[in-house]
Amino acid sequence: MRRLTLLSTCAAVAVLSALAPVAAQELRMTIWSANEAHLALFNGIADGFAATHPGVTVKFDSLPFADYTTTVTTQIAGGNAPDLAWILETAASDFVNSGALYALDGALGGDAYDLGDVSKPPLGLWSKDGQILAMPFSTSPFAMFVNNDLIKSAGAKTPAELIAAGEWTWDNAVATASAVGASGKAGLIVRDFNYQTWKNLAAIWMGWGAQPWSEDGKTCTFAEPAMVDAMTFIHDAIFAQNAMPGPGVNADFFAGDGALTITQISRASLLPKENPFDWDLVPLPAGPAGEYYLIGQAAIGVFASGANPELSADFLAYMTNPENSAKLAQFFPSIRQSLLNADALSKTNPLLSREQLDSVVIAGIANGTVLPGHSGFAQIEQVVRAGLDAIWVQDADIPAALSNICNRIQPLLAR
Amino acid sequence: MTAASTDDAAPHGPGQPSRKRFALSMRQRDAIAGYLFIAPQLIGITLFVLVPLGLVFWYSLHEWNVLANTFTFTGTANYQYLLSDPALPETLMATGIFSAGLVAFNMSLALLLAVLLDQKLRGITVFRTLFFSPVVVSLVAWTIVWGFLLQKNGGINGMLQTVGIEGPNWLRTPTTAMISVIVVQVFKNVGLNMVLFLAALQGVPRELYEAARVDGIPVFKQFRRITLPLISPTMLLTMIITIVGSLQVFAQIAILTQGGPGMSTTVLVYYLYQQAFQFHYFGYGSTLSILLFVIVAGLTFLQWQLRRRFVFYEN
Repeated sequence: MRRLTLLSTCAAVAVLSALAPVAAQELRMTIWSANEAHLALFNGIADGFAATHPGVTVKFDSLPFADYTTTVTTQIAGGNAPDLAWILETAASDFVNSGALYALDGALGGDAYDLGDVSKPPLGLWSKDGQILAMPFSTSPFAMFVNNDLIKSAGAKTPAELIAAGEWTWDNAVATASAVGASGKAGLIVRDFNYQTWKNLAAIWMGWGAQPWSEDGKTCTFAEPAMVDAMTFIHDAIFAQNAMPGPGVNADFFAGDGALTITQISRASLLPKENPFDWDLVPLPAGPAGEYYLIGQAAIGVFASGANPELSADFLAYMTNPENSAKLAQFFPSIRQSLLNADALSKTNPLLSREQLDSVVIAGIANGTVLPGHSGFAQIEQVVRAGLDAIWVQDADIPAALSNICNRIQPLLAR
Repeated sequence: MTAASTDDAAPHGPGQPSRKRFALSMRQRDAIAGYLFIAPQLIGITLFVLVPLGLVFWYSLHEWNVLANTFTFTGTANYQYLLSDPALPETLMATGIFSAGLVAFNMSLALLLAVLLDQKLRGITVFRTLFFSPVVVSLVAWTIVWGFLLQKNGGINGMLQTVGIEGPNWLRTPTTAMISVIVVQVFKNVGLNMVLFLAALQGVPRELYEAARVDGIPVFKQFRRITLPLISPTMLLTMIITIVGSLQVFAQIAILTQGGPGMSTTVLVYYLYQQAFQFHYFGYGSTLSILLFVIVAGLTFLQWQLRRRFVFYEN
């Protein structure tokens, strides 16, 4: 009898095991947004994935933007790597070249994914040896937001008037900013620059055709004439024309403190709902080197050291498939060609006019250069930041300071 | 005392539990009790001080690329680079200036406040509480608020402007940035040293002052000849605490200056953080940790040796 009971129990356990659902699996994805609307969208996409993958849940781990990459790498060092992560364009080279990322070609190869719809140039930064190692999900152009009320009250020409007259150049933009600066408000604010995040100045120096280093990343070009001219122009705008807030001065465009601000179009959500001002969004002005576009990029990568990279890659493919890319596009401009038209974008960006979408978003994504990045960027960024501090004083020797920067970063670039 | 047990001789049948008992001497029981008392502290120090210290030394002999997941033995390469690191002299200079400024300002201000508050006046407790209160405020919150105040168009310069003074750009020029960071740190922690000095001052026998007054000794001389020698043990303690604390400053630098302008406020701990966590050179960061450990240990040892010369023990 006891023998029979034991056999029955074993049989029951075996049957129940066979019928039991697959073991629960949790994927963890680090992101730098804690925006409730973003999280609701991501959780909705994760629920859709769970519907076809029983037992799988996806947890979105919001980390502060300021220390995002540092936190992710510290988690990796501590043996607690996330399964998936958002990756900034400036850190792309480090992640892509390290071997830390799982190749995505297999997961993105299905017909339903329609990889042919994805613009190829933006993938360059995230590929190595012909393999896609991370998928850009947000390609956000830099543009200029305008407070027409402040400009008109200062008696200056608005960017729209300058564009209509074919005179939308950096000289005229700074003249407008200077007029507002003279009235007591801030002129042009390069958002998030704060005399620290110098890479955002690319939105200005590209007008002079300047770059921080050569195309192959091996040679410093900070001391080249184009960069010297661009930095001299910026220095003059700050210290001679009072067109930009000086070091240590706080001014927030979206609080109505300034006439112009350079930032990404996703910041349109910061425009004031109460007591709104007459605002506009225009492309970056032309510099001596002509017209140009600058974009910031963020991609999603899967860590090869994660517990289940194959499943993580499947989730990445699901999150960036045509249907979900359309949902993400309301916050994060997509690189899918089917979504890069004014009709599609106007549905997801109701704040922007069709003209703004055409001139800023579509033209920006199609023609934009990505913010500067490099292997070991965090160290290069710090050395350049320290070197540029010599420029942010009234009587700066700009060529000498830029030459000094090149002396300091050249060994880092050549590694 | 005997440890013999009569149970040892009892017969044990199959299936019967052993009834053998260990009898310990009083001395052994005392020793076990002693070890149990110190066990939590010993385990804590082993886990959180000695093992990490050993690991940091081990890491300092390697190059650890967390992204590529490589951990390569490099021997003394990191220590050799330490000697040739072009940024290290600037970092050590900034650390020295910060520590010297902080110790001098903190100790002087704490002693001054303690002397002023060592009075039997109505409501003096309120002032003592006020000066101590920043110690219990969140360091990050304190520093962020000071960051706003020290902006060029911030509160400090706003106040100066009301009396016709054009304030400097506090955090954007090397000298004022260093002064600002020191002052923010001193105002945050001066209350702690003040309380220690206050306790020491109140421990000085009053009859010594009465005798000095009878002998017509001026107040300043009383302070120099009676007060300072009798509170010198507390001064040694506060100096060690303050110097060690000054070498560990991080949050204020990270929030207020990020090590700038240039490298002027890049102190050793912040540089270590950059190397290990921002630039991902965990091996070299560990080497810098060893350097910091040697500096702190050396300075503490030096002060401990100097106590014989400068510290007066009443007993």
